[in-house]
Amino acid sequence: MTTTIAKKGMNLTVKNIQAFYGESKAVKGVSIDFPANKITALIGPSGCGKSTLVRCLNRMHEEGSSASVRGKVLLNEENIYGADVDPVSVRRTIGMVFQKPNPFPTMSILDNVLAGPRLSGDRAHATRKHAEQALRDVGLWAEVKHKLNRPAADLSGGQQQRLCIARAIALEPEVLLMDEPCSALDPISTQRIEELVLRLKKRFTIVMVTHNLQQAQRVADRTAFMLDGELIEVAATSNLFNKPKDSRTKKYVTGQFG
Amino acid sequence: MAKTTSITNTSSRALSVAREWSADATLRLVLQVFAIALMAIIVGFFVQLALMAAPVISSMGVAGFLFDNNWDVAHEIFGAWPLVVGTVITSVIALIIGVPVAVSAAIYITEFAPARLRSTLALLLDLLAAIPSVVYGLWGVFVLIPTLKPIERWVASTFDFVPFIGGAVNGPNYFVAGLILAIMIIPIVSAISREVLSTVPLAEKEAALALGATRIEVIRLAVLPHSAAGIVSAVMLGLGRAIGETIAVTLVIGNAAIIGQSIFSQGYTLAAVVANEFGEAEPGSVHSAALIAAGVVLFILTFIVNATARVLIMRRTVKRVSVADKVVA
Repeated sequence: MTTTIAKKGMNLTVKNIQAFYGESKAVKGVSIDFPANKITALIGPSGCGKSTLVRCLNRMHEEGSSASVRGKVLLNEENIYGADVDPVSVRRTIGMVFQKPNPFPTMSILDNVLAGPRLSGDRAHATRKHAEQALRDVGLWAEVKHKLNRPAADLSGGQQQRLCIARAIALEPEVLLMDEPCSALDPISTQRIEELVLRLKKRFTIVMVTHNLQQAQRVADRTAFMLDGELIEVAATSNLFNKPKDSRTKKYVTGQFG
Repeated sequence: MAKTTSITNTSSRALSVAREWSADATLRLVLQVFAIALMAIIVGFFVQLALMAAPVISSMGVAGFLFDNNWDVAHEIFGAWPLVVGTVITSVIALIIGVPVAVSAAIYITEFAPARLRSTLALLLDLLAAIPSVVYGLWGVFVLIPTLKPIERWVASTFDFVPFIGGAVNGPNYFVAGLILAIMIIPIVSAISREVLSTVPLAEKEAALALGATRIEVIRLAVLPHSAAGIVSAVMLGLGRAIGETIAVTLVIGNAAIIGQSIFSQGYTLAAVVANEFGEAEPGSVHSAALIAAGVVLFILTFIVNATARVLIMRRTVKRVSVADKVVA
């Protein structure tokens, strides 16, 4: 076995998570494992609760007004919903990339990458060198090295999304959550992100929500199918697509609904 | 052959349609007329005022009117410097006290307050704006001045060594006027700030949250950069109101056309002098010209303040970007 300097991702275990918007239940008791250094794709029709589930994994869901969560999420055996756990520290350990690229638009490219380490007071990582590394990791360095001081809003959508990934990994998280990271991007940008995700799984545990079934097949080691707030089936990606156990999964992956 | 004819017909009809007045063009023209009319009104207004103010300029000169520290109606000497200074002092006090309160209230209401409390608080703040300014003035005269006087005396004697604080305390003074103005500008500054703060995209706030930002850091990272320019505009509008406020100020400032020694001295402002003396000034006299000139100065003052704010906003944006790099390197 080769030794890597990079950190290894951690296992994420979800135990009977329920997520509410006021009274209505968007996630109805889901239990699932996200193994370390694997890419797990979450698929399912719109409104099935996959985005909500992913937002429960770094305690973002509870930030919404009248939103609440019940259940456990274990990060290497530690419950991130434990009474003495600070959601802020959870979000530093479990990074997130959103559907729409959301860099801080007036902030420079460099400052965007370093926003996380600076927030956590991590001086060792709030350096130009560390930013360069993060930008190299996402394959953006060559494109931006001569304009690190330009506002992030100057970049194209695909570049902005890679900048957001660089910003998330600059915090050296254990887990990277990606909520439809390519849905706002063109096919070439999408391909670059997919290649990037495949590289990043060596260092992080990745959970990726996607609407694109081909994308799940291209990148995911495991795929989970959700419907109406419930987890219907989770399996190795090729098994889920080729030998689905549940008839609803079969209907969805063969394009009969959704 | 038949085909060719029909093509010719179609294209000629298309051309004639293009030549006709379209609704868009009409709308464009109407809007253009209004926009030009608006500019014409502002320019015309300024020119008219300047013409009416001419007599005092010919007797005092522009510099004399602006910078002579002598407003003596009986001797027809009109140096407006004490009024300019009074206007600036009271407005600055109003901003120093009012803006932090207004912006904090806006941030609290948009970012922290529970949903139910939100609308109540906003309503109460808006109601402050509905109180007529004369009521503020009367409240200042009968409540604020007597209540504050002992406190002002204590501050003046304790912080005697601080410039513009120590010394004699007058009942009506710059500070009381500034405080009243602060209360009067809070609703507008707060309402506009609230409006601006609520337009911050959720995506940017979530970006900060997902990086492990606390609520305060979300405000610093995502909310304020996005709304800084809007908040500055809100402050400018508040400043506009403070500079131009007349009746409340005239009731609590003492109406003495001198430059006071401290913020607890009585003074005068440009707007207050116009309101107080216009009744006595004979039409066409140098006195009335002087009052109109005071109005022109108010006009220009607001203009300068606005322009400065805009320049500041632009420079800030550029600076933020370049400084950040140096910190890292």
